[in-house]
Amino acid sequence: MDAFLLSRLQFALNISFHILFPTITMAMGWFLFYFKFRSNVTGHPVWMRMYRFWVRVFALSFALGVVSGVTMSFQFGTNWPGFMERVGNVAGPLLGYEVLTAFFLEATFLGIMLFGIRRVPNWLHTLSTLIVAVGTTMSAFWILALNSWMQTPQGHEIIDGVVYAVDWSEIIFNPSFPYRFVHMMLASGLTASFLIAGLSAYRMLKGDDKLAPKLALKTATYTAAVLIPLQIFAGDMHGLNTLEHQPQKVAAMEGLWDTTEGAPLLLFAIPDEESRENHFEIPVPNGASLILTHKMDGKIQGLNDFEGEHPPVAPVFFGFRVMVGMGFLMLAVSWLGSSYLLRGKSFPLWLKRVFAGMAFSGWIATLAGWYVTEIGRQPYLVSGVLRTQEAVTTLPPSNIAFSFTMYATIYTILLFAYMGTLMLMCRRAVEIEEISTEEREMAKASKMSPANT
Amino acid sequence: MLFENVSAETLGNIYVGLLGLAVLLYAILDGYDLGVGVLIPPREETFRDDMIASIGPYWDANETWLVLAVGLLLIAFPEAHSEVLQSLYIPATIMLLGLILRGVSFDFRAKVVQVHKRKWDLTFKYGSLLTTLAQGYMLGIYVTGLRTDIWAQGFALLSAIGVTAAYAFIGSCWLILKAENDLQAKAYYWARRGLFALSIGIVAVSLANLTLHDDVRDLWLSSTIGYVLMAIPVACFLLLSLCGVLLKKLPDAGGKGEWMPFAIALTVFVLCFTAFGVSYYPFVIPGHLTVQDALSDANSLRFLLVGVVIVVPCILAYTAMVYKIFSGKSEKLSYY
Repeated sequence: MDAFLLSRLQFALNISFHILFPTITMAMGWFLFYFKFRSNVTGHPVWMRMYRFWVRVFALSFALGVVSGVTMSFQFGTNWPGFMERVGNVAGPLLGYEVLTAFFLEATFLGIMLFGIRRVPNWLHTLSTLIVAVGTTMSAFWILALNSWMQTPQGHEIIDGVVYAVDWSEIIFNPSFPYRFVHMMLASGLTASFLIAGLSAYRMLKGDDKLAPKLALKTATYTAAVLIPLQIFAGDMHGLNTLEHQPQKVAAMEGLWDTTEGAPLLLFAIPDEESRENHFEIPVPNGASLILTHKMDGKIQGLNDFEGEHPPVAPVFFGFRVMVGMGFLMLAVSWLGSSYLLRGKSFPLWLKRVFAGMAFSGWIATLAGWYVTEIGRQPYLVSGVLRTQEAVTTLPPSNIAFSFTMYATIYTILLFAYMGTLMLMCRRAVEIEEISTEEREMAKASKMSPANT
Repeated sequence: MLFENVSAETLGNIYVGLLGLAVLLYAILDGYDLGVGVLIPPREETFRDDMIASIGPYWDANETWLVLAVGLLLIAFPEAHSEVLQSLYIPATIMLLGLILRGVSFDFRAKVVQVHKRKWDLTFKYGSLLTTLAQGYMLGIYVTGLRTDIWAQGFALLSAIGVTAAYAFIGSCWLILKAENDLQAKAYYWARRGLFALSIGIVAVSLANLTLHDDVRDLWLSSTIGYVLMAIPVACFLLLSLCGVLLKKLPDAGGKGEWMPFAIALTVFVLCFTAFGVSYYPFVIPGHLTVQDALSDANSLRFLLVGVVIVVPCILAYTAMVYKIFSGKSEKLSYY
């Protein structure tokens, strides 16, 4: 294997592993703030019980995000030196702002969130929780601004092959940025919701009869039920934006080879790039045109218009279907759950099992979505500006093979350790009656029974 | 645009200064928590809990200085970033693996069943050790101007041990400040050992350093700055001797002056770093690539400078606030 393929595999591995954790922490920061806020307002100790459990999940996820993120900051230079040489004048400051305005904020105030409650006044602890939530969101803002600029670059000029920034507000607020930012924040909200709901359901399945998991399950199910239709709408808008700026990506998502008026929506197919056609198609006539152009016979450009300039079709095509499929599954499950909750009923056993089984479903949808958008940008690293091939390192392939193997091994172990630890934390929470003296006092003050929280 | 009249030359100096600040703060801050990691005793579990508790609220933020340092190198001196890190690809990978292992062990250890806890503790220790050795090795190769011959390798190995000793020393000084009773007594013992290793390391690295680059030797031996530079190792020697005396006397002083070893370690770090910085300026890769040649587009750097000017003082302020909040002896590390 050559350095190009190995570098791509390694980067894909690293970024796939990395994104799992920010996807959780970005929204979980806001969940924690909500728990803390409710605790302050109601004085009921159950909110702090929930905070305490989920802040540990947050800390673990954050640590995994940090360490895999550090790795990424090295790989820009080691494996993709051409990236910084050619577009560093745009990418650099955006990354710089992310480190300055987000990373330090998150890492520093997380310390107060985790260990500071006895040392700082309550308002400062609440404020720290808010600051961490804002920090994770800021981080998403800057990195998605950069990623969106790579998809739909503008606000720059090119002199001798090197990109120079001209207008920073055009660069940051490039055409695909608002859509990608909203889409990703909602994805994070859904991932965290299903994680919270799933692990709470798992606790209940293991016999946890306390109030905390029930309340967490309820909060997360309602959140998911509200976010998922918004996400489907935002995803549709993002798709229209992609059609405008990156039609070749949409053609690959739809598996559409020839430019067609009234293009079908393919529920399933196996795209074949050799013969440039699909096998085993299950089409819905005019479906794609209706969704993308809102007209039955709207014209959609096919892949053959972009020969040599379009992404590999199969991964984009399947990634898109996995993401959308997962989205509709989330819609069904969260609405079904809400319908039980609205009628004041508790979940039947099978539904708890479904929620527990979907604890990590957000990861699948998020990864599939990122594969669509990132593979969909190929063969370019920065659309129309820099080809991926031009940015690659001249390192000996054996070195990259070594690092790739090491990362793959460690990440596999860590992924299992992470999921295993979360499940273990749930099982242990079942047995522990974790009510501290402080909570008893709080409960007394608010005249509520601390039992069964 | 703001800072329009700041020349490229000034920008280069500002950014290399910032880079230096980030590296120095990283070496001090992550230095002590890496040092504590290296010192983790495999057999005494109570020590391990207390040691890890002493760095609990800080390590995440400490490590962020490395991200800033690498980020600044990437943003302001992209050519240097890709050249340095491609040359040091394997040690950098090993360092990253070490950082991954120690970072996650920290969080896993507190959440797993007792039988697995020791495994994560050991992962924390050896992850830290791997990191410090790799960093020292990288520093060594970097100082030689990215040479790969046998002498450079020898120097890099020396530097790997020296950096590890330095981290272990500042780590034990941190523990003197933060720990009590048996662990503090142990920390005094570690600090005395570390002091000895560090002193040998500083002398060896300083001497070896003089043989590496002719202009650095000339700077040290013949120019007027040489006198100032020469004062630095002398000052370090005096400070470390003082520290040696303190480490003998303080255990009987009933808790007074516990902050002094750490303050001395910090000063020595700053002095060594200053000597290093003055010796190699204006190069970003010693003897090879200058600040000006490696500098990226001035307009982009001006844009980032706006953020730097506003945000860096804030970062320093809230970092100081956190150290104040958690000042005093460390508490047991329960998630409150």
